[in-house]
Amino acid sequence: MRNRGIRQGVLQVKLLAADDEELLKLNSQLNLNLSLKELKTIKKYFQKLGREPFDIELYSFSQLWSEHCRHKVFRGLILDENGNILVDDMLKSYIAKVTEELNYSWVISFLKDNAGLISFDDEYSIAVKVETHNHPSAIDPFGGAATGVGGVIRDVLGVWASPIALIDVLCFGPLNTPYKSIPKGIKHPKYLFRGVVKGIGFYGNNMGIPTVAGAICFDKGYIGNVVVYAGCIGLVPTVKYGFWAKPGDQIVIVGNSTGRDGIHGASFASSILDERSEEVSRPAVQIPDPIVEEKLRRAVIKIRDEDLASGITDLGGGGLAVAVVELADRIGGGAKIFLDKVHVRESNLLPWEIWISESQERMLFSVPKSKINRFLETVYSENLEASVIGEFTRDRWIRVYYFNNLICEVETDFLLHPPKIVRKAKWSKPILVESEFEEPEDYGTLILKLLSSDDICSREPVIRTYDHEVQGNTVIKPLHGFFAGPSDAAVIKPLNNSWKGLVISVGLKPWYSRLDPYWMAASSIDEALRNNICVGGRRIAILDNFTWGNPEKPDRLGSLVRAVKACYDFAKGFEVPFISGKDSLYNESPLGPILETLLITAVGIIPDIRMAVTIDLKASKNPLYLTGLTLPELGGSRYMQIIEHDGGSVPKVDLKISKSSMNLIRESIDKGYVNAVHDLSDGGLGISISEMVLSSQYGAEIWLDKVVSRNINRDDFLLFSESNGRFLVEVKRNFEDNFISIAEKLGAVFSKIGYTLSNNCLLIHGLKGSLIVDLSGDDLRNAWKSGLRA
Amino acid sequence: MNILVIRAPGTNCDVETVRGIKECGLNAITVHTDKLLEGSIDLFEFYALVIPGGFSYGDSVRAGAIWAAKLNSKLLNSLRDFIDDGRPVLGICNGFQVLVELGLLPGWNDNSTPSVALAPNISGKFECRWINLRVANVNNVFLRYFSKNSILRLPIAHSEGRFIASKNILSILEKNGQIAFKYCLPNGKPADMLYPFNPNGSIMDIAGIMNPAGNVLGLMPHPERAVYFWQLPTFPSNIAAKTYFGDGYWIFKSMCDYIIEHFQ
Repeated sequence: MRNRGIRQGVLQVKLLAADDEELLKLNSQLNLNLSLKELKTIKKYFQKLGREPFDIELYSFSQLWSEHCRHKVFRGLILDENGNILVDDMLKSYIAKVTEELNYSWVISFLKDNAGLISFDDEYSIAVKVETHNHPSAIDPFGGAATGVGGVIRDVLGVWASPIALIDVLCFGPLNTPYKSIPKGIKHPKYLFRGVVKGIGFYGNNMGIPTVAGAICFDKGYIGNVVVYAGCIGLVPTVKYGFWAKPGDQIVIVGNSTGRDGIHGASFASSILDERSEEVSRPAVQIPDPIVEEKLRRAVIKIRDEDLASGITDLGGGGLAVAVVELADRIGGGAKIFLDKVHVRESNLLPWEIWISESQERMLFSVPKSKINRFLETVYSENLEASVIGEFTRDRWIRVYYFNNLICEVETDFLLHPPKIVRKAKWSKPILVESEFEEPEDYGTLILKLLSSDDICSREPVIRTYDHEVQGNTVIKPLHGFFAGPSDAAVIKPLNNSWKGLVISVGLKPWYSRLDPYWMAASSIDEALRNNICVGGRRIAILDNFTWGNPEKPDRLGSLVRAVKACYDFAKGFEVPFISGKDSLYNESPLGPILETLLITAVGIIPDIRMAVTIDLKASKNPLYLTGLTLPELGGSRYMQIIEHDGGSVPKVDLKISKSSMNLIRESIDKGYVNAVHDLSDGGLGISISEMVLSSQYGAEIWLDKVVSRNINRDDFLLFSESNGRFLVEVKRNFEDNFISIAEKLGAVFSKIGYTLSNNCLLIHGLKGSLIVDLSGDDLRNAWKSGLRA
Repeated sequence: MNILVIRAPGTNCDVETVRGIKECGLNAITVHTDKLLEGSIDLFEFYALVIPGGFSYGDSVRAGAIWAAKLNSKLLNSLRDFIDDGRPVLGICNGFQVLVELGLLPGWNDNSTPSVALAPNISGKFECRWINLRVANVNNVFLRYFSKNSILRLPIAHSEGRFIASKNILSILEKNGQIAFKYCLPNGKPADMLYPFNPNGSIMDIAGIMNPAGNVLGLMPHPERAVYFWQLPTFPSNIAAKTYFGDGYWIFKSMCDYIIEHFQ
């Protein structure tokens, strides 16, 4: 009877005698997504154990050794074309190194737990996590995006933090892409856009977590692969953050029942999309239920406050398999799991399906035996289900039972250590021809055209469908002021008894990747920091989220190495630590690799939210200052895109100029010298000044010959250059001298370029002295608010 | 002297609602609906009931329908007695939907069949935005600190907030003075259904109604999100005005002071 039991839903796989060809056949039959090297390593391991593996054991490797879970590429050895070592372990050598070298006391946890943590004040810490959910969103935009939000919220719950804000950053193909240019199996950007936006709003709104910041961009590089970044920020009393689990503690699964949805999610996330994806991968997309997660949130916070558990983690990629093994590793031991105890959605689930299912809204806890009853009572009081499914053990083995039969017995260490990847990388600078073109004649029309383009126009049609006010702590909103202008960053006031605020911003410059991924990454960091500093942020920590193509191809990996290298150089240069990050690779389609994308999320603090600054002009007759240096850097710029010209120089980052600019803004905000600040970003000076005017009741008059520039003698380059490190500032006129003296003390590059006006209009004088732009606030607003109708 | 804020699975505005009430000097506690249904908590221990916003039970069927059905099953008579006793009942957003589903608004008779409804927004979308409201009637528990026709700024955030009713019912509502607020233009003129000033297509721009006695109020906008100056979209420009509170505060304050005056 026992032996028969073993075979009930469990297959023994003939591995020990398999040759390479048979191994690869097995790999595709079982949908394992492992490499030959990995399969051979597993074969050797079972040869050592002296037995054939069960299918559930192979599925464990398929999840635990996936790129999604182990970051094999970031952890791998990367060689150049000649076989010399380019970098060994990018995560350690570039990303973690910044944080280690900076060694700030306020960084509580980085790059290891479910989320990164920084201290907020003496009592509280802030947890931050940003995830990608690209692959599921490409198949099912609503479900994929919604579960992306759900998953990242559980990451934050998984460090005992209460979620207080969400961010989302989305990249789509152009909405007007002709249907016939889209390959079979790929969904139209408009369909994806509608579904993704709806999914994000559905989850965040139902959960009651405000969606406060983000970005949306469009590029033909996203037609084949959509990008969905979902981020969550949480608040936790610092003493409640920790891990106290020990052998003997009970393992409890809480929340939704386990079903067949999300099988192979983690390995699917590490594969390439094609025509077959819809059919093959549909089961890998999970089903969202935010109301269960809302109950989970209440339960987690109660359990935390009453100290009823010794450890927690979310059930994300790889399901139970990954969560159990990783927790067991953290206590330095193993685990015994009884899969038949898991509460399931359907009775005919196979044991391996229960083990790797990614059904949503589930969390895993370790609970000391003495507290198990109170723990369960608390969970049940929120109308949630829970199952005690096993316990942690002292010996370092993972043993999984199904109706008393041992169906998986593998060492914890082996499960967590796939063979190191060795890959080749190369990057060659693209050959770009500088194209010559005439200066435009009508700058007013050009500005309106840029403002109304999908790349720059108001995100209002999307933002209004997200609740950004729930919890009642949103100070600077994504659309702010009387005219609902764009904000550079969101400000949250998380504590009732403190004026201290949290500042959240993003930086995203993927279109520079075509010119040079190194400067793309540098620009993204510069922009994220400047956005944060604009509203009054400081003591900033950052997160990196890479979305790249197939790393097995040397050119993709070469550009990735360049971008990661820039992350070290510029995070170190700006003295900002990485606290968390995630990479999504294998974003490829029949159209080729995705446009290489790096999202930088920046989280800062503001000592008192009452000193926060917004972009709208606040009075007339105040001087307008521009800080930083304007260079002929128009490569990849919005201007070049709209006039359809290639080439040009990619914007670089001059640390000295950027840092002095940033310090000037920070100090002037602290001293109360400024009324309004806006960074120069997409569309350069021309768009930034337009956004300041359209957000306010006042106007602006500026003279381009006053702009500090180098090697520029054209109005269009001055107006639309996207050089980094620049801010536009309305200085209070009675503090102008004070502002100048700080700027001089810091050695900042700056100049007065104009004044604010009592009339709501924008006047720009060109290099020849003539008025080249004369637009009313209504003209600007109408253009800016006209776009993005999908 | 406690105010009861009830919640259900999916309620998500209870914390800031409790905070808003406490700011007015009274205490408030959040209790799960199950506790009330079990009978382990007695409604009459409290001086007022607030049903906050959220997506109770996922707003399946219709917004607020399941929560209302739960309350209807065991508590409807107690709720009626509670209201007849003059104790305030405030329903915000999802809470307004619940009060309508229970028939406690407009609250004309013992028939618990809804006579008005909050239908899906005309835009077909969830809408989160700040809107202007004109106060239509101040003779009630909640709006005593405003004058008639004063203009409030509060945020809305819902996908089912379009107030609809038959012509006959509308005329009774108007005759009884049961319309509490109407959406309006920034200058106070009627929105006249103009989007986005009337954000959901509510008939006659109705944003909130009350019972004839004036101690039950339901509204779609969220006063708990407009309690402090720093919550307002006019921040930081409004710092110069040196008013600490937003319009939402005065709705809670009116209710709390009424309780202090009548029950203490």
